[in-house]
Amino acid sequence: MTDTQHGAGPTPGSFPSLLKKFGARLRRSFAVLRKNPMALLGTLIVFMFLLIAIAGPWIAPYSAFDPFPGQKQQPPSMEHPFGTDNLSRDVFSRVIIGSRDLIALAGLGTLLAVSMGTTLGLAIGYQGGWIDAILMRVFDSLLALPATLLALLLVGSVGASRESVFLVIVVVYIPIVTRVVRSVVLDVKTKSFVEAAKMRGEKYLYILFREIMPSVLPTLVVEASLRFAYAIFLVASLGFLGIGVQPPSPDWGLQVAVARNYWSTAWWMLFFPCAAIATLVVGVNLMSDGLKQLFQVPDLQEQR
Amino acid sequence: MPAKPTELTASDVPVLKVEHLTVSYQIGTGWRDVVRDVSLQIAARQVYGLVGESGSGKSTLALAIMRYLADNGRVTHGEILLDGENLLEKSAVELRHIWGTRMSLVPQDPAASLNPALRIGKQLEEIPRQYGGLTHHEGQQRALDLLRQVRIADPERIVQMYPHQLSGGMQQRVLIAMALSSEPHLLVLDEPTTNLDVTTEAVVLDLFKELIAKRGSATLYVTHNLGVVAQVCDHVAVMYAGEIVEDAGVNALFSQPLHPYTISLMNAVPRLGHKQAPAPEAQLDAARHNVGCVFAQRCPVALDKCFQIEPPAEASGEGRTVKCHRWREIADGSLPMGEIAPSGVNAATADNTLLMTLAEVTKQYNVEQAVVAQLQGREPQSVKAVDHISLMMRRGQTIGLVGESGSGKTTLARVVMGLVETDSGKIELLNADLAPAIQNRPTEVLRQLQMVFQNPDESLNPYLSVGEILRRPLQTLLNYSQTKTEERVIELLRAVRLPDSYVDRLPGELSGGEKQRVAIARAFAAAPDLIIFDEAVSALDVSVEASILELLTTLKETLHTFSGGGPGGRDRRHVSGAIVRDRPQRETSLGTHSSLYRSTAVSDPGS
Repeated sequence: MTDTQHGAGPTPGSFPSLLKKFGARLRRSFAVLRKNPMALLGTLIVFMFLLIAIAGPWIAPYSAFDPFPGQKQQPPSMEHPFGTDNLSRDVFSRVIIGSRDLIALAGLGTLLAVSMGTTLGLAIGYQGGWIDAILMRVFDSLLALPATLLALLLVGSVGASRESVFLVIVVVYIPIVTRVVRSVVLDVKTKSFVEAAKMRGEKYLYILFREIMPSVLPTLVVEASLRFAYAIFLVASLGFLGIGVQPPSPDWGLQVAVARNYWSTAWWMLFFPCAAIATLVVGVNLMSDGLKQLFQVPDLQEQR
Repeated sequence: MPAKPTELTASDVPVLKVEHLTVSYQIGTGWRDVVRDVSLQIAARQVYGLVGESGSGKSTLALAIMRYLADNGRVTHGEILLDGENLLEKSAVELRHIWGTRMSLVPQDPAASLNPALRIGKQLEEIPRQYGGLTHHEGQQRALDLLRQVRIADPERIVQMYPHQLSGGMQQRVLIAMALSSEPHLLVLDEPTTNLDVTTEAVVLDLFKELIAKRGSATLYVTHNLGVVAQVCDHVAVMYAGEIVEDAGVNALFSQPLHPYTISLMNAVPRLGHKQAPAPEAQLDAARHNVGCVFAQRCPVALDKCFQIEPPAEASGEGRTVKCHRWREIADGSLPMGEIAPSGVNAATADNTLLMTLAEVTKQYNVEQAVVAQLQGREPQSVKAVDHISLMMRRGQTIGLVGESGSGKTTLARVVMGLVETDSGKIELLNADLAPAIQNRPTEVLRQLQMVFQNPDESLNPYLSVGEILRRPLQTLLNYSQTKTEERVIELLRAVRLPDSYVDRLPGELSGGEKQRVAIARAFAAAPDLIIFDEAVSALDVSVEASILELLTTLKETLHTFSGGGPGGRDRRHVSGAIVRDRPQRETSLGTHSSLYRSTAVSDPGS
């Protein structure tokens, strides 16, 4: 054994050691992704869409709103790779710009719902008692309603807008995330490492976030990414139903709703927004597989 | 006519034959040999013991034979022949059939191996119905029959129960019944009694002996417990660092061990009042040897050539082999091995300060009631887990609490810790009243009391590194500065004989014994006045336990809750029981121990 003199080596928590830790983590991430090509593919797809959403205005060849006079419903060509729509607009540009609202709404909505649901799930799962019982029954009754129906109710009461779509995602997903997190907490809190933490007088928050949270993380990450996939669906469906993002926004769901009327004469108007939705959702799902492996503790089969 | 004393009779044809088997695990990006060039054979009716400390590769060997290796393990060399057929060439479908009909495993942890969602009867019927072609009714009869064979009282009731409703001993018996249900040719037992208390273990071992004699299966018995080996096995192989260093008939091995490692293992069986010379431990982390003897680094009598030339497996007698350059010297007594383990006298003495008093402590649990019964206004039934226990402890004392599983030992420990609140009674620590609930106890009191839990898999957070686990109590309970904390963490690791490099490891990367040592280090971290051990060493192997018990004798105040009792032998837990017997004044002043044992029948409450 090497004799460790005091002061030798970086102390934990210091900047170099954190950097080292982060580097190790990054290497491990790549190792996991390399072993799972489907997850790698999913991650690439998701990152591609993120890039498209962020750099949309610079990537899109034309405006998403201005028509090209005299070029109504042109099939895909060199000039318009995805063709033009019934109002002579470039579909390619509209698909690109349309990703911005969709991904922002679905992403931020999921993020908020997941962080609130996690906090709630940790707290009530650990606390238990009557608060837990009451809140879970309330959530159960919310979950009993189909998400779209709940969305219709909400939008009906606050009016159709971006904000209300955001609200719908948060309200619909908080109970789901809470329930998932709570179920893991119920299992973990009985473990004796939690008791050991109590025995050294750890604060409530330390126990929740440092002792219990890591065990929740693998489940949570998968849940969050699935939620994101469903949120994309939800935003698109609300747009399609006309109660989400309003025209003239190039929202994908909205485009599909309009293109439905022209599918026999202009299939490209329907195909490309649909393909975009499908690709993104499948990509997110593939990525979530790899994420789970990433956050799980390396549990070696130890020989005894 | 040529003499043929060694010719095989029909029953001597080996059921299992393992030839030059090497098994590797993937660690990071490389592969590490965990079992190296192991050969063995087991005949029908033979019980073959495989002993070694944690990390010696004995469980891996057992799993490899069952073809149950995890994804990161693989057989890199050698053959495994069951009834002459090479198991390594079998497809997944064929293997399932073999598992169902010709070989079974009794695993170490019964709780983890039973499906919590299915009734016992259902799980027992599965194999006979799948592979024996029995009808539903016949399957049920078979399940009852199997339970009777493993001496479970009232099998009709047990088949209706779920695994969590049974005690550990009962669960293990159910698993044995399950393993026997296919009438296997080969039975692999992977530390089947390690998690059981002594009385249950004794019963289960008797059961094994009887069943094995009756069935005539070939049996591979993996254990770290030499006492069990002596009781059950015909032939023993001692494993060290992935190699079989010595194998011999059980009598030959115990009467004349030839390998220095075997000798140190036997010396490591703890004896009362003596400081142990712990068997030197395997540093699996240290650079793996490439040449020479695997044991050379730890061997007290190693020569230069032991580090350079790997000793061959030599036949040292009939049916026994040993891998040591110096076995001849050991055999003829010219190399005195007895002096390897110097003995000392237990220096721990009690002074008279009163540390803790329990007065009439009682805790009862209410049995869950059906809603209907509640509506009918029936009084909820309750079980007294701890019934008016009074007890005094002085500084420097070690008190053992002996009883079967279910007698309330753990509950009492948890009451003292404040994890469970008392119903009535009073606890005083250093003449000050102790709040019943842990959240009402000030930090100083928390520091004074610590506990080591039974199951290290659950008591260490799998997501926190060993360093973080050890740092935390220093920071919360002692307010140590960062540099001081780091020094102390290394000190603690060394005190429990773990290498410094373990600071960055996660619990999942340690073996069971190593995990428990981390848990013990954590309990000692803040220098508590009283430590409660809740069967903390019952899952460890002899050499590790010896080193931990030695560690404990250097500490001042400890309260052990042991399971124990029963006649002696080499079993280490009997020795733990002896620690209790060593202080008869405690036993008598316990006084109320009969009430402690009240809830379960106890075979020998006076031990």
